[in-house]
Amino acid sequence: MLNKDLHLNTKVFDEEVEKQPTRQGYGDGLLILGEENPNVVALSADVAESTKNGPFMEKFPDRFFNCGVAEQNMASVAAGLAVSGKIAFVASYATFSPGRNWEQIRTTIVYNRANVKVAGHHTGVATGPDGPTHQATEDIAIVRSWPGIKILVPCDSIEGKRATIAAGHDEGPYYLRFTREKTPVITTENTPFEVGATYEYWRGKSPQVTIFATGYMVFYALLAAKNLERSGVDVIVANVATLKPLDVKTVVKLASETGRVVTCEDHQVMGGLGGIIAETLAQHHPTPIETVGLRDEFAEAGSFGDIIKKYKMDEMAILSACEKVLSRNDE
Amino acid sequence: MVETLHDDKLKELEEKAYAIRQEIISMLVEAGSGHSAGPLGMTDIFTALYFHVMRHDPKNPSWEERDRLVLSNGHICPVLYATLAEAGYFPKSELKTLRKINSRLSGHPHRGLLPGIENSSGPLGEGISQSCGMALAARLDARKHRIYCLTSDGEHEEGQTWEAVMFAAKYNLTNITVVVDRNNIQIDGPTEEIMPLESMRYKYEAFNWNVLEIDGHNMSAFVDAVRHAEAVSERPTVIIANTIPGKGVSFMEGDYKWHGVPPDREQAKKALHELRTLQGKIVGEHE
Repeated sequence: MLNKDLHLNTKVFDEEVEKQPTRQGYGDGLLILGEENPNVVALSADVAESTKNGPFMEKFPDRFFNCGVAEQNMASVAAGLAVSGKIAFVASYATFSPGRNWEQIRTTIVYNRANVKVAGHHTGVATGPDGPTHQATEDIAIVRSWPGIKILVPCDSIEGKRATIAAGHDEGPYYLRFTREKTPVITTENTPFEVGATYEYWRGKSPQVTIFATGYMVFYALLAAKNLERSGVDVIVANVATLKPLDVKTVVKLASETGRVVTCEDHQVMGGLGGIIAETLAQHHPTPIETVGLRDEFAEAGSFGDIIKKYKMDEMAILSACEKVLSRNDE
Repeated sequence: MVETLHDDKLKELEEKAYAIRQEIISMLVEAGSGHSAGPLGMTDIFTALYFHVMRHDPKNPSWEERDRLVLSNGHICPVLYATLAEAGYFPKSELKTLRKINSRLSGHPHRGLLPGIENSSGPLGEGISQSCGMALAARLDARKHRIYCLTSDGEHEEGQTWEAVMFAAKYNLTNITVVVDRNNIQIDGPTEEIMPLESMRYKYEAFNWNVLEIDGHNMSAFVDAVRHAEAVSERPTVIIANTIPGKGVSFMEGDYKWHGVPPDREQAKKALHELRTLQGKIVGEHE
């Protein structure tokens, strides 16, 4: 059942559960930061509205800079602002930023020790009908090897807001990952959120599998957990909202408790959460792992629901992965 | 406002440039790798900036009102390091540690490692963008300092350079002065053979910049151009400085092969000898 201590949304399994894109949280968080600190500035590259800069732009026009379709310049302009005392947020679609401007972020933001928060929007297959050119499914893999970067992947719009605010309050480079599709609101304003913490959102009576999920996939992991419970399989669902620095202690604790692990993400498994959990457990507590996510292939255009079904990233895929990891005999 | 350069001061600056060029040769030979032509070609402009143009304080490198020097083409850092040491940012003895383990003088400059370094650089085409960010911050904070961004001609082949040039014009960032080291060489050969850049002037003018062109070894002309740039409030200014790569060392001057290599011990000895014995000639060249 849902972890009562965390004040999660009790309506999360209802048909009429509130749905918001996680990117909404970026806009909400940015506005709050702008109001509390005059040094907060924001930049975008001709996608200001869809990356939810609207309210900030309207309230603080002097502190918003539209760079045009030029993500490389945007990253380094933000670096220049940050080394001059500003807290700079840059937002574009993740295939372009941090995709196209990877090296500019590496050199002028991360290596340069600039206080810039890179917001990658339209991530994952959840970007839907625009197709793979706009579905960022490798962004975590390309940013996580940067020394010192912190990576937050909120599971819903509320966590998106809190992740944005947390990044703004902490000195140093961050990567924030957002999605376009409306997905269920899982948390409430009272749900705890801390950078670097993994939280247990669901626990069956005698759990046999730990599901580590990130982003909106936490919802599908919860759905799978509920279905599995009906068929007598108990699991734990953990929300890994901070991919770096990983909450190694909690990950190892939950994995060692069940001895079986499934990871879920809307990203390539290679270099994504699947890779992160596998690396960590191989070092600290070798555990059989099955993964849900993209498997070394591009997806395609289509509706969000059709894509996650076809590419085996929905609750049925998570359910199968749990069954598979339980049936494995690799003692 | 920067003052014009009087003859006495010019003499003094030329002496400094001469000393800095010798330091560059000594550093490079000690390091055993690095770039020779660019640093020697830009020595006069670095000297004029740090010892006449810029408001800065080596004892207080994070002074908020300081003018910023953003080196975009980080590979010419031997001239930056030698000039900073000459200005008193750190001991000259440290110059011999260039490119070595545990040194603060990395092969390309790293912000935070050494006092006076405003930006990490090396990958080309990123300096004007960072200068734009610094210029916007200065404007937001109502500060009067200026940003001097030094670029190579070759890095104008990078698309990001032109993204930044467009951006600076959009926001009319007249508190930036960009200097282009127009030495006509890049690693693989002459720029006009590798990737033709001309007309630099028309390109910048088409992007709505104010363009000045000077002899990059004439410090008085450079200072006049800087003064001109300060006075223009309609458009950002670029100073195209025509320079001789390897300036001051006869066998390096104008030869692209010296772009990315250091002198060996014999060559360094010859170069230092030339710099010493030709001192009179260098000083007199623009009189």
